[in-house]
Amino acid sequence: MNTLRPKPKHQRLVLVVIALIVLVGAGFLAAWGLRSEANYFYTPSQLAADPPVYSRMIRLGGMVREGSIQQLDDGVSIRFTVGDGEAEVPVRFTGIVPDLFVEGSGVVAEGRMGPTAFMADSLLAKHDENYVPRELQEMTEYQARQVVAETETGGGR
Amino acid sequence: MTAEIGLAALWMAAALCVMQFITGALALRADTVSEGADIGAITRPAAIVQGLLAMTAFVCLLWLFAITDLSVKLVASNSHSDKPLLYKITGAWGNHEGSMSLWIAVMALSGAAIGALEKRLPEKTIQAVLAAQGAVGAGFYAFIIGSSNPFERLPTPAAQGAGLNPLLQDFGLAFHPPTLYMGYVGLSVAFSFVVGALVTRQVTPDFARAMRPWVLGAWVFLTLGISAGSWWAYYELGWGGWWFWDPVENASLMPWLAATALLHSVTVLAARDALRTWTVMLGVVAFSMSMLGTFIVRSGVLTSVHSFAVDPERGAFILILLAIYIGGALALFAWRAGTISEGKRFALASREAALVFNNIMLCAILGVVLLGTLYPLMAEAMGDRVSVGAPYFNSVSAVFALPMFAIMAVGPILRWRQDSGGRISKAAILLAAIGIVTFVAGWLASDAGILPLLGLAFAAVLGVASVLPLYSRSLRRTPLATWGMVLAHLGIAVSLFGMASESGFSKETLAAVSAGESAAIGPYEVTLLGVEPLAGPNWTALEARLSVSDGSEPVVLRPQSRSYVQPVQTTTESALHNRWDGQLYVVLGQAAGDGRWQLRLWWKPFVTLIWYGSILIALGGAMAAVGHIMTGHRRRRLVVRLKERRAEEAALA
Repeated sequence: MNTLRPKPKHQRLVLVVIALIVLVGAGFLAAWGLRSEANYFYTPSQLAADPPVYSRMIRLGGMVREGSIQQLDDGVSIRFTVGDGEAEVPVRFTGIVPDLFVEGSGVVAEGRMGPTAFMADSLLAKHDENYVPRELQEMTEYQARQVVAETETGGGR
Repeated sequence: MTAEIGLAALWMAAALCVMQFITGALALRADTVSEGADIGAITRPAAIVQGLLAMTAFVCLLWLFAITDLSVKLVASNSHSDKPLLYKITGAWGNHEGSMSLWIAVMALSGAAIGALEKRLPEKTIQAVLAAQGAVGAGFYAFIIGSSNPFERLPTPAAQGAGLNPLLQDFGLAFHPPTLYMGYVGLSVAFSFVVGALVTRQVTPDFARAMRPWVLGAWVFLTLGISAGSWWAYYELGWGGWWFWDPVENASLMPWLAATALLHSVTVLAARDALRTWTVMLGVVAFSMSMLGTFIVRSGVLTSVHSFAVDPERGAFILILLAIYIGGALALFAWRAGTISEGKRFALASREAALVFNNIMLCAILGVVLLGTLYPLMAEAMGDRVSVGAPYFNSVSAVFALPMFAIMAVGPILRWRQDSGGRISKAAILLAAIGIVTFVAGWLASDAGILPLLGLAFAAVLGVASVLPLYSRSLRRTPLATWGMVLAHLGIAVSLFGMASESGFSKETLAAVSAGESAAIGPYEVTLLGVEPLAGPNWTALEARLSVSDGSEPVVLRPQSRSYVQPVQTTTESALHNRWDGQLYVVLGQAAGDGRWQLRLWWKPFVTLIWYGSILIALGGAMAAVGHIMTGHRRRRLVVRLKERRAEEAALA
């Protein structure tokens, strides 16, 4: 095994090169993974104009239309409509909705576009005064005020 | 009065911190020993007094919160007189200013500990270490005094406090931030050691031995802090998950990965005088990651429950601090790395090589997590809004984690410097067989995904491999540090087993049931007895009574949906029930019409092992730290005694 031991200077160089190769490889792998796995954010009008492929996970953000939340018969699924003032998308969600998910308020739904509706795996609503999903924070600035000024002041549930 | 005492102590500590930096740096410049010694001698006492003063300031803050002094702005905006005393006190660090005070206090106390206790290294190196510590501390003092003074008074005392976010009114909060901070601060101490060693050209095994307890300590606290945070999120958020790859979680994971790499390379440096430059670089990286973590958490760049301060001024301040520290550290490294001479060499089949391999894998995982965490920020700068979730992190980091587990299994039974593959071939074959059998058995018996099955297989391999270093050893004469390693590696196996079985074999069900009806999940039958309103000290709730039975005596579980009064917020209180092979997790949803209630039920096999494993890891780390400190003491005593004997012999002769 003694033949396997290179000179010290040489060994340091070999180690540096190996480390660099692995780290650059990790970088490329990460870049590739990010391109294929990152979830893009859509507004309803973007979704209508340029729908993503079916299998792709996306995030849909908009305002829940007044009077659109319907409880389905199984007791755990709901249907509602998300709009941004220009386009509307029907959404279906099975699960326990977040506490501050109410009509006329902003929501970010994570899931896939189905044949008839957006199938949401999870819903993000305003968490509390301090914790608002980033997309909602921007949305409320220019949309919420026009669409539903009253619920903003109503607060709570 | 208390607030003023605290503020004064903070100012004095800041002044001493600057002085510590200046005297330590001046001592370096002085060429003659006597000249430098005069000024440099002040450094140690300065560090000790600074530690005491910063601690005084923090105790004052705790006191203000304990008595709910509403004339102090921070207390008024974050506390409430109706809160239980425990949460009043823990609320002191449940906000931006308080948490920075805690940071400063822990950091100054670490400096004091070095000043008072560290005797192994040359005096000049210690002074340089304390100077570096002072430089890092000064930035934080400037930040806290300049833009987040915790002792600011209100012009007129508030009538009542605004309360603390109910999610944070939890025992988890008493434990999670202080432990994480101790970890972050421990890494900053390690960084100071690195700087001291770099500027005084003392990158030696002695330096590694002096730094090792700090790295181990930081790593133990990070481990505890991360797992406490994970446990808290698991039962408090009611989402049924224990890790969400949230930016803030990643911010604590990245320093942990760097610290794990650092602690292993420090071991190589201490034992074998190899990997000098690599260790120094990891010290810089680990500190940079803890700074980046602080930046991500404290600046509000990434929104989460952790970002108390979404104040652009503070964000900019932390960003500048981050740039100065990381930039300075990297520049110093680039400038001085050339002066570190090559360490001892080693063969391809040796323990060093295994550790180097795993170090590189850890750094690769670190890179993957770092890119995934920052990618949404970068994409946003380009106009795209994206989020990166578990599919990316799990699959890409597994590419590097799995080879790392394989090498981790055989590394500890390899010899230092040079070994032959043949000597460990029997053990390697045994381990591979265990892994393959576990994987195939899991494959045939379940429909779990590839990653959970691989995790299960590696957990089995590591579980056996971790105790192999004890094989054919006298257990009584095995050093404490070795026991620590065995325990920590076993902890990794236990945690991995919990994670794999939770993600591969969990069952989840969502049901709408009325009183008297039941739902089945895993081995359990859950029957709703009723839902009743309930009132607590500062909340009201709807509480469900559930009768839970796995065929034996039924147990009653009470999940709640709580509404807090101050501040107004609703939280979900999950109910947990343990069995030997897993945990039942129940969450109460909303009324579903017709007298029905939504229930979300999970059966999570062996999920608790995740946290028990991390306790083992931390315990192992602590044992290793104690073992190394004791060995160091014994060695120094021996050296002293040898010297005395030689002096006696010389006197007799």
